[in-house]
Amino acid sequence: MTATRRDFLKTSGALVVGLTVAGDIVLDAQGTGAGPYPDLDYKQLDSWIVIRPDNTATFFVGKTDLGQGTGTAFRQIMADELDMPYDKTSCVMGVTDVTVDQGGSGGSDALQTDGYPMRRVAAEARRVLLEMAAARLGVPVAQLTVSDGVVSVTADASKRVTYGELIGGRKFNTTLTGSNINATTGAARLKDVNQFKIVGQSPKRYDIPPKVDGSLKWAVDVKVPGMLHARNVKPPVAGATLVSIDESSVKNVPGLVKVVSKGNYVAVVCEREEQAIQAARQLKVNWQKPATAAFPSSEDLYGFMRTAKPTSSTPPSIVGNPDAAMMTAAKVVEAEYEIPFQGHTSIGPAHAMADPSNNQLTIYSNDMKSYGMREGIAQFLQIPKDRIRVVWMEGPQAYGRTAADDAGFEAAYLAKELGRPVRVQWMRNEETAWDTKGPAFVVKARGGLDAQGNLIAFDYDARAADFGHLGYNEADTVLIAQLMGVRPSSPNRGSSAVPNEMYAIPNRRVTTHVVSLPTVWETPLRTGNLRDPNGPQSTFASESFIDELAAAAKVDAMEFRMRLLTSSKDDDSGFKRARSIACLKAAADAFKWDTRPSPKRLDSGEILTGRGIAYTYRSQTVVAQIAEVEVNRRTGRVWVKRIVCAHDCGLVINPEALRRTLEGGVLHSVSRTLHEEVRFDTEKVTSVDWATYPTMTHLDTPESIEIIIVNGDPNPKRPDLPHYGAGETVCKPTLAAIANAVFDATGVRMRRVPFRNERVLAALKTAKV
Amino acid sequence: MVDVDPATPLLYVLRNDLDLHGPRFGCGLGQCGACTVIIKGEAVRSCIRPVSTLAGAEITTLEGIAQNGKLHPLQQAWIDEQVPACGFCQNGQIMTAKALLDKNPTPSDAQIRQGMANTLCRCMTYYRIQSAIKRASKTMASARVESEVIA
Repeated sequence: MTATRRDFLKTSGALVVGLTVAGDIVLDAQGTGAGPYPDLDYKQLDSWIVIRPDNTATFFVGKTDLGQGTGTAFRQIMADELDMPYDKTSCVMGVTDVTVDQGGSGGSDALQTDGYPMRRVAAEARRVLLEMAAARLGVPVAQLTVSDGVVSVTADASKRVTYGELIGGRKFNTTLTGSNINATTGAARLKDVNQFKIVGQSPKRYDIPPKVDGSLKWAVDVKVPGMLHARNVKPPVAGATLVSIDESSVKNVPGLVKVVSKGNYVAVVCEREEQAIQAARQLKVNWQKPATAAFPSSEDLYGFMRTAKPTSSTPPSIVGNPDAAMMTAAKVVEAEYEIPFQGHTSIGPAHAMADPSNNQLTIYSNDMKSYGMREGIAQFLQIPKDRIRVVWMEGPQAYGRTAADDAGFEAAYLAKELGRPVRVQWMRNEETAWDTKGPAFVVKARGGLDAQGNLIAFDYDARAADFGHLGYNEADTVLIAQLMGVRPSSPNRGSSAVPNEMYAIPNRRVTTHVVSLPTVWETPLRTGNLRDPNGPQSTFASESFIDELAAAAKVDAMEFRMRLLTSSKDDDSGFKRARSIACLKAAADAFKWDTRPSPKRLDSGEILTGRGIAYTYRSQTVVAQIAEVEVNRRTGRVWVKRIVCAHDCGLVINPEALRRTLEGGVLHSVSRTLHEEVRFDTEKVTSVDWATYPTMTHLDTPESIEIIIVNGDPNPKRPDLPHYGAGETVCKPTLAAIANAVFDATGVRMRRVPFRNERVLAALKTAKV
Repeated sequence: MVDVDPATPLLYVLRNDLDLHGPRFGCGLGQCGACTVIIKGEAVRSCIRPVSTLAGAEITTLEGIAQNGKLHPLQQAWIDEQVPACGFCQNGQIMTAKALLDKNPTPSDAQIRQGMANTLCRCMTYYRIQSAIKRASKTMASARVESEVIA
């Protein structure tokens, strides 16, 4: 079980928070923390760091950990700046009334952006403590040494005082500066990389032991006395209108408390969970279907997207004169790529519990953006923000799903309606059908090669079905708001994506468009941010196409990319071109890449093997991947047998946690490449569970995954690179690496995702492989 | 004593009446494994097992596999390998692996894949889960050798 509980007084005032070493907040909705819940002042050092008399520290940060170990990393960077031992620290994240609003999580920016205010406040605490020690010990700060939370006189180590003795149980009362939370700073200077002791080490993630012994209390586990259970009754088809509810259909359900409906939102509330499930199944609701089809079927999607008038287009980004260059090309290559809607499909459906006690509202949630949820619910329910708090707790992750957390809004609404604590959870079919989707893409690419096989012209044109892309916990776009008829004056315009590489191509044109499906509101095909929202789609197209060009030029795929990277010396401020070359080389060396054009000569047996490479970047993080595949000629099954992934995200805080994150990210994209596709007819999503929305399983797991942390700059004379983001970049190149490997093995180019057995088999048969 | 409708799936009784957090709702369809418990040596999906079928049965949940305050070798291997990402499915992974190792203490790689095939993870920690199962299998084998030597 978890370690001993230690209570301490949060210095901001009345709130007593009980902590375990694991950082698990003890829930006490009726007692302490009774509200109101004003915003914390980020300009007070006491809002960020508490040091206790026993010389332990707790850091309060406005982020959430989605299973990448960022909480552990925050402790590492803050402990290092503060000069405290890692194991004497703990971290509280994402609880809106005890941590400053750093926005929660998203965009792989936890360390790249939000790590800086954390480092600066920790450095400031150290500076203030050193000044206090100087006064206590009667020597100037310059004559003091600090290590592991103990300050001593450099010339006489017997003269010493601990941080706990200096400040324990008392407030710093130190004012910070900065025009916003990200700019928060004190007067202290940050450490140089070579001064770090804990950063770069791999302390084991503190959240893992309570996750494997069953002791962790998750958001799904929250219970309070008098709590009710609710289930939604979703419209049977997109855009359906509620006509009537026959409440007599559930009158025999024991424990039924209330059938709630407003607009097209319907829920049942019962004393017990299984009763609510039964009532939701049993409730007879009369719905009217819309007069016209909500969307094309998934079979007809790409045809629809090609001919739809875009809702927005970016002006083409043009280098050189691509049309003229294309005219002079010795060979022109054209291809189109299709990527379906893919679900977040969390392993655990949406859930939250809202407690309206004390005329306040506390929402217990795994929302990655708990602060935005607080704001959104305040607007949605017209409740002053300082009467609402969101307590972030661990939950099933879905890599962007909880950026617009429907269940939190639903629980809050129902709790307010019933005046009692209400727990809401979606069922599997609701989650898989109605969660947010990564947008579908159609990409057209054209490339011109000169007589020597050099790429002289490149034309990329992408269409994303992303109109109405969901905002972050917006009071007028979360599903319950849509169903109640609340909506913004215009939908979010959405976005498409461009290739991210450092190739020097003398003539290029990149154009992107967004298209809309016929139904924008109250639809299960609503798009949201799925782990690098559009990067896997655009990179599948662009890096597959580079491979097609290499094959057309009869040049090795690695060699072709290297030529494009080395034919210019221009680089950006983060040396991204040099780091791209370094990543590709590192991957090739580890894989023992054999230089030859693709495809290789067809093997004679049932199993065809091949290897493919792809590379990309996101922000300043660079990644190159090589996939080795086996393609079964008889069944069409693709097995990704081996993956080599070279990754450069600058300074690495916790290498082991980073490796795990990268392994999971690569495999998430293996799943998206081989299995995942949202299927729908013209009125509803028909992929509603793990049978109809298949995902990767243990059987698909590669035999070997090798992660090479390239970590920075190949030129030792350049300055150290800062900590960039990780988590999303790694998902981008995998689809193309696999497609390129399948081509290498079979000579067959897979241009439509996913590569399920039947699709691959059909392609092999067509090509007579 | 718990007084519920006999058709109630075991999962809701474990979670809501007995306050256990190990087994979790993932699908309610027996497809994903997040709700797995062990009954008579078998990994059982508690989300579709009515309590009426369980009279007198001993049910082991994740909370019950540590012994004398010492983590089960699988739990320790999960920590040593740093397996979980979000961790939500890991109850099912650990409990399914335990039932597997209890029947076959030294499974081959193929047997591990096959035995774990229907236990899903959406953080895709499969690679580390398989490493951890192999690690635990070794730990348990050497513990058996030690206990035989002592005996």
